[in-house]
Order: sequence, then structure tokens, then C-alpha cells
Amino acid sequence: MNDRSGEIVKFDNVGLRYGTDPEVLSDLSFTLFPGSFYFLTGASGAGKTSLLKLLYLAQRPSRGAIRMFGKDMITLPRTRVPEFRRRLGVVFQDFRLVEHLSAFDNVALPLRLSGTEEPRLLKAVSEMLDWVGLSHRAQAKPATLSGGEQQRVAIARAVIARPRMLIADEPTGNVDPEMALKLLRLFEALNNRVGTTVVVATHDVHLLKKVPDSLIMRLTKGRLSDPTGALRFPPRPDPAPASGAPRMSAAGTGI
Amino acid sequence: MSSPDTIPEAALPDQTTPPTASGGSAASLLPAARFGGPIPWVIAILIALVVIAAAGGLSLRNLAESARTEIADAATVQIIEANPELRAEQADAVVAALEQDPLVRSLRLVPEEELASLLEPWLGAGATSDDVPIPALIDLELSRQASADEIAVLQERVKKVAPSARVDAQSDWLRPVYNALTALQYLALGLISLIALATAAAVWLAARSAFTNHQETVEIIHLLGGTEAQITRVFQRSVMRDAAFGGLVGLFLGLAAVWLLGQQFAALDSGMISGGGLGWLDWLIIAAIPVLGVLLALVTARITIAIALRSMV
Repeated sequence: MNDRSGEIVKFDNVGLRYGTDPEVLSDLSFTLFPGSFYFLTGASGAGKTSLLKLLYLAQRPSRGAIRMFGKDMITLPRTRVPEFRRRLGVVFQDFRLVEHLSAFDNVALPLRLSGTEEPRLLKAVSEMLDWVGLSHRAQAKPATLSGGEQQRVAIARAVIARPRMLIADEPTGNVDPEMALKLLRLFEALNNRVGTTVVVATHDVHLLKKVPDSLIMRLTKGRLSDPTGALRFPPRPDPAPASGAPRMSAAGTGI
Repeated sequence: MSSPDTIPEAALPDQTTPPTASGGSAASLLPAARFGGPIPWVIAILIALVVIAAAGGLSLRNLAESARTEIADAATVQIIEANPELRAEQADAVVAALEQDPLVRSLRLVPEEELASLLEPWLGAGATSDDVPIPALIDLELSRQASADEIAVLQERVKKVAPSARVDAQSDWLRPVYNALTALQYLALGLISLIALATAAAVWLAARSAFTNHQETVEIIHLLGGTEAQITRVFQRSVMRDAAFGGLVGLFLGLAAVWLLGQQFAALDSGMISGGGLGWLDWLIIAAIPVLGVLLALVTARITIAIALRSMV
């Protein structure tokens, strides 16, 4: 389990614009704590994906400061960015599986990038595929997998390297409710058993109630509403002792 | 699907593993990013042209060096005298005068029969007739390459005993030939430089195209923590394979052309042309051309991919 003290992500007055367009994200200031489970909600176009891109280091902000794992991401040299990306697991909304690689090789990708030896990798990926119920589809190419199977490959790839933070963009958007719940339980298990900080973007309000101990980040037109002050920093004076991060129930946010 | 409570933690890797993916594992990250199409053949043609230009340039250099060595320290004394007896007397006097000259290593009075045989193809059998006065010739081998002033001093000494004599340094009348050969060598060098630029441009275009074809995969690898070095290495490997293929084919084509040209020139049976043969060092230089081509392709591809990756965050 991770050390839940301190912070894993800290945004300070962050804004993001594409080109000369108006800002899609404005004045974002919040802290994410290790071992916490966050839902990022908001209507379509609210800026969820843009915020996630900042979180998984696919985008640099137009203004403001971002610290991750204790390092200033704005001044971080380009050559050091991959090192921080390896600490993240990302489930993209469109999965972004590599088409020419099999399910096995897709899941193995983060390990190969980090230089894991093949015998060890073989065991780890096989177990991971078994865990997501895709052992029998290990050699299948993404194009031959169903939407749900592709999603599970994407999730297996995101968690195979035991990331310190898992970021998932609408991970249940393409699966039936039963599968959605199963995937959510996977994230919870990672969060509870491995201590991975989880950020799940979703517009499915019913999903929020499935993880009772989660925190809610709600985006409205590029601004973060924080009705309970749970996300502000420095953290409110009386954090929950178990996590170091204030927790609230989804129901408590009124969503 | 297994129960979420059974996370295969034993299977999860140790996060202390340093991010140093080996080339071997990185190689499978991208599909074979081969140039494909005509690019390896374009490289082959360009390398063949470089081989031909280089062989030509080296051959010209050898030719010039050979000619220079043979005649740079040589001179000829001509005694242009219509009277055969007087001509023979003056020739003997010149030989006597120059035998002790420190600038002259050796000399040889060319026999009249030899002169006649040299002239016969142009003047016919009548060349030996007294009606056609032929100058007496004395070949001089000098102890060193003489300056114009030294040749002038030699001329003065000869004039004292043979007023109708003239001294010609052979390097003087061959100077325009040397200049032409030098110009041709520079032309070969210029051609090689231009072809190298064309090769780099072809590789640049091909690398850009290969990168664009795999941009989606590259972006995914980038977002999963792949380093620029890992991605570049994969492309470099493909580029090296194609450039090596093109280089070898080009070398073969170029050598075939050089061999054919060599056969044609050898058939001329000219003493001067034979000096333009290629030595083992020349062949080594020609053999290195595809290697240099591959290196050029690798560096070009590396720079191209690095620039393309800079456009990503």
C-alpha cells in the first residue's frame, strides 16, 4: 500500500487553451492524494478529457503550476517526462491499443518500455490477462476483439506496471452495466489493495454511487466546482486519518 | 474474469526497474517501419553513382600522379639543325656537357633508328631520308623536379655548345593536362557531394513518411512512457536495414560499371591510361562508400525522427 500522506498531484491556478481559442480549463487549483479514488464528472465539453490530458502529461498547461510526485512538471526537462509517464496508468476513452500488436503484446508494452526481462514479463502479462479474463484471447489483434475485450486489454495495460496513479477516461462507456461494475471493482481493488490513486472520468452519475468512499471532482465549463472543499489545498485542517485525504460519499455531493 | 480481489501482485513488476528498454524489446514496439517502395532502390542508384564517381576520381588522381612521377623530373633536348654532321657534333657536345651536370641524373641520346620508327606512322618510310631533317633528341632524367630557373640555366649551358638546341621540361607541356585532370577530380568530388545530399534528402523524406505512417503507434508509445531514444532506435534499425540493402546493391551496380569501363580503357593499351589503375587502398575507399551511405542514412533518420518527436509534448 502506498504512503497516503502528502500529495501526488497539485494543480495551482492552471489554465489551458488550444491555440488562440478561449480557455477550455480555467483556474484549476486542487490536490490529489495518494491512495484516493476520484471521480471526474461533468457534461460533455466540460473539459474532462483536457484535464485528464494534463494529468497524464499529454498536454502542457497554458498557465499555472502543476506538481506531480513532488516535481514541478512545468520546468521538467522533456527528457525526464517519460520517467513520470511510467508512473501513470492510462485507460484512454478510445482505448488506443496498438493495432499491429496482439492483446498480449499490448499489455506487455509498458513493461517492455521499462526494460523488464522477457521471462518475467511473460509471467506477469499472462497472469494479468487471466485476471481480466482474456487468457484465451492473448494472441488476438485488437481489431478482432469486442469493445468490452478491448477495454479490458486497455485496463490490463494500464495497471500491469503497477502505476502510482491510474487515470481512466470513460472506462465504462462502451460496456454493458454488468461489465461496467466489474471494471469498477477492478479499479477499487487496485485502489484498496495496491494503493493506486485512481481518477475516473465519467458522465454516468449512477456509477459514482457504486464507490461509496470516492471523491468527486465536477467540471462545469472548464472550472472545477468543489462543493465540500475536499479538493482544495492546503487540505482542510481535519483530514480523514486513514488516507490523509478528505473523503466523501458520492451521495454527499448531491450528484 | 477473475475476482478483483485476486490481483496478481506476484506478477506485477518491481517499480525500481530502471527505464532502460533494450533495443531488442523496443524493436517489437513498432511494425516494420520499412521504407518500402522505391526508396531502397533510389539509395542503390545513388550509391552506384557515388561508386562510379569515386572510382573515376581516384583513377584520375592515380593517372595524374603516375604521369607526374614519370615526367616531372624529365626533360628533352632537341637539336634542330638541318645539317646532319653538324647536328651529330652538337648532340655529342651536349651529351659531353651535361654528363657532369649535377641536375642530370642520366641521359640518353635517342638513336636515329628509334626516331625514325617513332615518326614512321606519320611520315612513312621516307622519314629516314636526309630530305626530311629530324631533330636530334636527348632524353634527360633529372635528379629532381627542376624549377623554371634551373631549366633556363640548363638551356644556357646547352646553348654554349649547341646554339640550335632547345631544352623542354616535359612537365611544362603537360601542365594543361594536369590542370584538366585536377578539374575532373574536383568535378567528381562535387558530384559525390551532390549525390550525398540527394541521398540524405531521400532518406529524410522516407523517414518522415515512415514516421507519419506510424504516428498513432508512436503517440501511444510516447504516452506510455517510451523515450525518444527507444522510438528513434526502432526507426533507425529499419532505416539501417533498407540503407544497407540499397548500399550493397548500389555497390554491386557501381563496381560492375567500373569494371566494364576499366575493360574498355584497358583495350586502348595506352601507357598513360594504364597509370590510372586502382590500387588496394582505392578499392578499400570504394568498399567504404555503402558503409558511409548507411551512416549518412542513420544520422539523417535520427535527426528527422528527433525533430518529429519534438512536435509531441
